[in-house]
Amino acid sequence: MRERIALMIKADMGLFHSKKSLAATVSFLVCLMFVPVYGSSYVLDVVNRIGIAVIAALGLNILTGFTGLISLGNAAFMAIGAYSASWLAMRTGINFIFCIPVAGIITAALGMVVGIPSLRLRGLYLAMATLAAHFIVEFLAVHWESVTGGVAGLTISSPTVAGFALDSDRTVYYLIIPTAILSVLFVSNIFRTRVGRAFIAIRDQEMSAAVMGIDVFKYKLISFALSSFFAGVAGALMACQTRIITPENFPISIAIDSLAMIIIGGLCSVIGTIFGAVFLTALPEFLRLATTALAGSFPELIGKLASLKELVFGLLVILFLIFEPHGISAIWQRTKNRF
Amino acid sequence: MALSLNTQLSCHDIRLTFGGVTALDGVSFEVMDGEIFAIIGPNGAGKSSMLNCISGLYRPQQGEIKFDGLTIRDLPPHQRAKRGIARSFQNIALFRELSVIDNIMTGRHLSQRAGVISGGLFWGWAKCDEEHHRAVVEEIIESLGLQDIRRCAVGSLPYGRQKRVELARALAMEPRLLLLDEPMAGMNAAERDDMVGFILEANCRRKITVVMIEHDMGMVMDISDTVCVLDFGKRIALGSPEQIMNDPHVIKAYLGEDDGFF
Repeated sequence: MRERIALMIKADMGLFHSKKSLAATVSFLVCLMFVPVYGSSYVLDVVNRIGIAVIAALGLNILTGFTGLISLGNAAFMAIGAYSASWLAMRTGINFIFCIPVAGIITAALGMVVGIPSLRLRGLYLAMATLAAHFIVEFLAVHWESVTGGVAGLTISSPTVAGFALDSDRTVYYLIIPTAILSVLFVSNIFRTRVGRAFIAIRDQEMSAAVMGIDVFKYKLISFALSSFFAGVAGALMACQTRIITPENFPISIAIDSLAMIIIGGLCSVIGTIFGAVFLTALPEFLRLATTALAGSFPELIGKLASLKELVFGLLVILFLIFEPHGISAIWQRTKNRF
Repeated sequence: MALSLNTQLSCHDIRLTFGGVTALDGVSFEVMDGEIFAIIGPNGAGKSSMLNCISGLYRPQQGEIKFDGLTIRDLPPHQRAKRGIARSFQNIALFRELSVIDNIMTGRHLSQRAGVISGGLFWGWAKCDEEHHRAVVEEIIESLGLQDIRRCAVGSLPYGRQKRVELARALAMEPRLLLLDEPMAGMNAAERDDMVGFILEANCRRKITVVMIEHDMGMVMDISDTVCVLDFGKRIALGSPEQIMNDPHVIKAYLGEDDGFF
């Protein structure tokens, strides 16, 4: 009896609930290893951007999906990560690779400061406070020229790992994708332990979470810190990929994209975050390819197709919200249950 | 019942007002270690407000609340939980999206130690810690007969089951004082009997002091050691069930003229 329960506990606690899902994950990871071998530079660029989007959206999902704190500050946190990593690498000459986690920690600390109003504010009011943080960061990025380089921005020399320069989409891939995989693993683990449960408890029933002994304010700040850590890392990786960062890299639309990713992918779902990031990063590319192909057969439409792309994008998002409010992760769950 | 003579909880002259409305007006009582203490009274008498003052959700304007001889008046709820106070709510306050297991696991929050980094790395001691506490929760699940629904999301369960999960979650905290706000409201007879059994077991076997609000008079008189009667925020009677049943104030103020109620 006791052994049976122990076995059941072990099975419940595993990341994979069946051998099939383990096998699927492993084969997916193996496929990822071959992307740089066969993929074109264009494909690699898109995949790299997906990797960065996964990390950033994962951060936002911790805060918004799991802890229930709506934030519009994700782009600001990405900017803080990007600027602090670049500044550190330029000033101290430390290898950019090591600046990435440091940038994450700096962003986490600043994220906690932004999180302080969450003690009193919730819902849309908190969203407004984080929006203010966004515009403060944007202002500083333009005007604090000694650190950010102002409108001209900062140029980063390619980081090197053991003599190899990460100077192309193919090589940066080996930095971005493993970081994304480790981030996904880390966050999945968090939600197997008491910290993750505390986040969800605060979202579902703040009062009863407090009565269970959860220090609500402390855990809200931890959620902000963790969330901005990942956003900061994503920003630093973005700096690494584009190698030039300006205030224009981090408009409010980036924050809204992150929000759209977790809503379409599935709030409160790690796998959904991945789907959402893939969907929203790949969709514009797909639409672009489609409109280019159509432009061949309908040349008179060529001027209108660009705006048509935006229209289709918005329409798809709306349809998703109407017909699958729980996001892609719900579809995924149903498909999985069928096998 | 494991009644001793040590005072565990003492509330002295508690006064709580919301704007112009006085919810509690100088209420005092003492709860002994290991007893079952019932608070009864008509709707709006201030029973739930009293529990909220004890668990820290409301802060009374006046009065003193002591737990184990130390004042807890100014502590936030999570600090009181740390001292050993657990509770359930009148309108079930479970974490709806979490499974039964995870809801009860939140009761282990204070006993667990994993932080962000050890939790994120997971393998190693965070995993052992998690396994250990899952085993404790598994025992509670078994003793409250929740095995068949352990993986269900709590929001999808029927009312009676949710009440039971809420008790399980509070018991997982291994509290010394358990505050129950109408644990049997809206239950059918069989569910009530089960719930009485669980409360008595918590009290006898786990040695937990129970303070409960309940409208089921038969049950209150059966299992309580002491009964406190509130009416319009004032304590109108305090004593053993026998004393309460014969108290003229209670019969008049709480039961109206109908003295054949019990």
